[in-house]
Amino acid sequence: MDITTHNTTDAPPPTPQPTEAERKPAARGATRAGDRIFLGLSRGSGILLLVIMAAIAVFLTYRATLAISKDHGNFLTTLEWNTGVQPPSFGIAVLAYGTVISSIIAMVLAVPIAVAIALFLTHYAPRRLRGPIAYVIDLLAAVPSIVYGLWGALVLVPHLNGLFGWLNDYLGWTGIFSWEETAPRSMLTVGILLAIMILPVITNVSREVFRQVPQMHEEAALALGATRWEVIRMAVLPFGRSGVISASMLGLGRALGETMAVATVLSPDFLIHASLLNTGGGTFAQNIASKFGEANEFGRDALIASGLVLFVITLLVNGAARMIIARRAEYSGANA
Amino acid sequence: MAKRIDVSGLSAYYGSFRAIEDISMTIEPRTVTAFIGPSGCGKSTFLRTLNRMHEVTSGGRVEGKVMLDDENLYGAGVDPVAVRREVGMVFQRPNPFPTMSVFENVAAGLRLNGSYKKSALEDIVEKSLRGANLWNEVKDRLNKPGSGLSGGQQQRLCIARAIAVEPKVLLMDEPCSALDPISTLAIEDLIGELKDRFTIVIVTHNMQQAARVSDRTAFFNLAAVGQPGKLIEIDDTERIFSNPSVQATEDYISGRFG
Amino acid sequence: MSNAAIVDKRPSALRGASMPKWSPWAIAAGSVAVAIGISLVAGFDSKIQWGLLSGLIFLIATYGIAARVEGRRQAKDRIATGLVWVAFLVALIPLLSLVWTTVSRGVKVLDIYFLTHSMGIVADAQPGGGVYHAIIGSLEQVGLATIIAAPIGILTAVYLVEYGGRGRLARAVTFFVDVMTGVPSIVAGLFILSLMLIFEMEPFGFAGSLALAILMMPVVVRSTEEMLKLVPNELREASLALGVPKWRTILKVVLPTSIGGITTGVMLAIARIAGETAPVLLLVFGNRFINNNPFEGAQQSLPLYIYQQYSQSAGENTAYDRAWAASLTLIAFVMILNLVARGIARWKAPKSGR
Repeated sequence: MDITTHNTTDAPPPTPQPTEAERKPAARGATRAGDRIFLGLSRGSGILLLVIMAAIAVFLTYRATLAISKDHGNFLTTLEWNTGVQPPSFGIAVLAYGTVISSIIAMVLAVPIAVAIALFLTHYAPRRLRGPIAYVIDLLAAVPSIVYGLWGALVLVPHLNGLFGWLNDYLGWTGIFSWEETAPRSMLTVGILLAIMILPVITNVSREVFRQVPQMHEEAALALGATRWEVIRMAVLPFGRSGVISASMLGLGRALGETMAVATVLSPDFLIHASLLNTGGGTFAQNIASKFGEANEFGRDALIASGLVLFVITLLVNGAARMIIARRAEYSGANA
Repeated sequence: MAKRIDVSGLSAYYGSFRAIEDISMTIEPRTVTAFIGPSGCGKSTFLRTLNRMHEVTSGGRVEGKVMLDDENLYGAGVDPVAVRREVGMVFQRPNPFPTMSVFENVAAGLRLNGSYKKSALEDIVEKSLRGANLWNEVKDRLNKPGSGLSGGQQQRLCIARAIAVEPKVLLMDEPCSALDPISTLAIEDLIGELKDRFTIVIVTHNMQQAARVSDRTAFFNLAAVGQPGKLIEIDDTERIFSNPSVQATEDYISGRFG
Repeated sequence: MSNAAIVDKRPSALRGASMPKWSPWAIAAGSVAVAIGISLVAGFDSKIQWGLLSGLIFLIATYGIAARVEGRRQAKDRIATGLVWVAFLVALIPLLSLVWTTVSRGVKVLDIYFLTHSMGIVADAQPGGGVYHAIIGSLEQVGLATIIAAPIGILTAVYLVEYGGRGRLARAVTFFVDVMTGVPSIVAGLFILSLMLIFEMEPFGFAGSLALAILMMPVVVRSTEEMLKLVPNELREASLALGVPKWRTILKVVLPTSIGGITTGVMLAIARIAGETAPVLLLVFGNRFINNNPFEGAQQSLPLYIYQQYSQSAGENTAYDRAWAASLTLIAFVMILNLVARGIARWKAPKSGR
């Protein structure tokens, strides 16, 4: 983080880093067999990775076209998933809606809390507690999603009746929070569980980002007579914004593609419910896991088609995150 | 506006380590006081106790009294946030807020204290930038990021930011150590102008600089590494550099030291 | 000056009235009391309402009192502090509940018998049975995935750091490693499934390994890349200047210097894929019996076992108990990997100069 700039500095010049051009001769002079083999191996590995990515796209698309070409419904808008009957009719509308809405709920719940916890760990918690708490949250991020799913189904779901009843009583008039007193295994349940799941992930990355805010920016704010909250608003949050965005995108990617935690808590059906509280709905990943067992080969191709859509959505989200970060980079403070 | 600082019996700690011990001195209003001494002698630590920035570091704590006119900065019920509004600070490395424009940087401290009319804000920003001898260089790029300026301009931007909130005292922690000679000269000139309005305390490693800008000079030293730093003497700058009363000061100034 | 006059409304600039240290606790206690009072009068019966109400009253009271006593800026600061603490405490509840439930319910049936027996002759509704077959399956699938992914990942990172520079290929690889990191696990499973459909294969353990390897590779590349970048260039130059060829420099100087960090990265990646369920569900299918051969026939794995004990048990508590015990086993496995990885990272960390 070098703030001093080119033309006016009397600090010693930085130690010259050998540029690629300077390092190249060693590689170019790779006449020895050892060098050639090693370069080949490592370059080959890199190429293999590209080939795998291409293969994923190609094979998923191939199997997906097999299914979609025989779809008698509209693949994008049909509200059913009947692949075992003739003629088959299936569409992803419900899955797309469910995947997006549950991820939005998860993000709305998780991001503010995760940022708050990250701030808690970097600026508010008693110093002695910071390390241990951060460590525990780190480990929680490593808990497999199936365990979150099991906990969600057996512990979280029974505890949601109260919340759902309350939402229905006071916000039921909005429509999206009305509840027919069915089992609380709805899109909101999924969203809450996903939020709990991605909370440690987003917290961890945000905490790292906040820790990297240069001390001198915080001191600048302090020296102006800023309170702790004003220091955070002036120096910490602006500096950490792009980092928090990429942390959130990481969490969003997890939420979009999460399979087991959704499959365990959701009672799926193939309808788009106006209310977030009423049982039913589905997500791409959950639908694949739930329908896979009894699907024939054609059914599996149809599921692959839906998986391809999920793949594309996650690619788009990743791309968007990357663009946001790139655009923010010029203002991130990592100048000079 | 400027205020007198009266320090008595001040010690500062990092955890259990005592960094400076039993310092007493008086700093007159509208003067420039320079702190000199070898690395690690605690002069920066002492400077940071004058606006309660020392306690921001983990384990930092202070014993003793610092009177700003007739109020003890470390008295019961004193809000460190309020202290730092009264006693501004400029740091070793220029540290404009990287996400803010030149204008926003200068206005940052003002915005903390309630709302200003846009025109009033513009007036104060212009006045502060003029006060920091920076106005002519940045008046066309007020909305560009502050981090795009040169190092010397950034440091003057930081000075503008500090004086915009009209502190009584301005602390400068080696403000020129990251700058080239021409920028350094600009800052030194600026210090000479600012002392009409503020009490200025400056830490410097550069003895010529201390001789050039300051009215009074304080020499700090430590007995050995791991020992607390102490104030050896404080006197008129002229006297410190011509005829100091302590041998250690003369050794240090004449370069016969460590 | 004019603005100073606006700022200093208080008689002393430094000694703004401040609330005593215990005031947040007092306000908190007061808010809870008031909230319970209101709830009882209004007949609210849900504890969520009580909690929300206390929280709300706490924030309003804090702001009101602080704004009056200390001023608006301090009031905002206090609100922020309150919110951050509340967020932390609220988030603690589900996370602690998760850990507590898993441990307390998991230890019920977790014993040597559970770890050394399969589900071969046990129906889901019956007590007994164990996870031996799942542990074997998990170890084999994850082990094979590591054997595939770790070398490819490390070599790719070596290429990116040591050879690639800013070339076209290196940039493409970097980009697609990022993309690959975001591939959902079920999509990796579907990819292998599409191959299996083409070659008309039945589920088997190694198919799962392939999907897990795809998930593991980008993680290994990223962490290894970070570690290699930490190796100072002076070391490389010192070796090259001695006439050591580049590949030997990498093998003898660069990799040994960063081996601790690389190992840590690989172990964390293993910990991550060990918990993956979705691709295993599609490709390995699950099996009640012990199948030691990952290259033929359906296998079991720990995460899949948990899912099946939950989903196929129709609410039988004995099956739930096994699911919890298997969860505890899996978490223990993942945690041990994590702890060992951190231990290695700390032990092998380049010693700082002091």
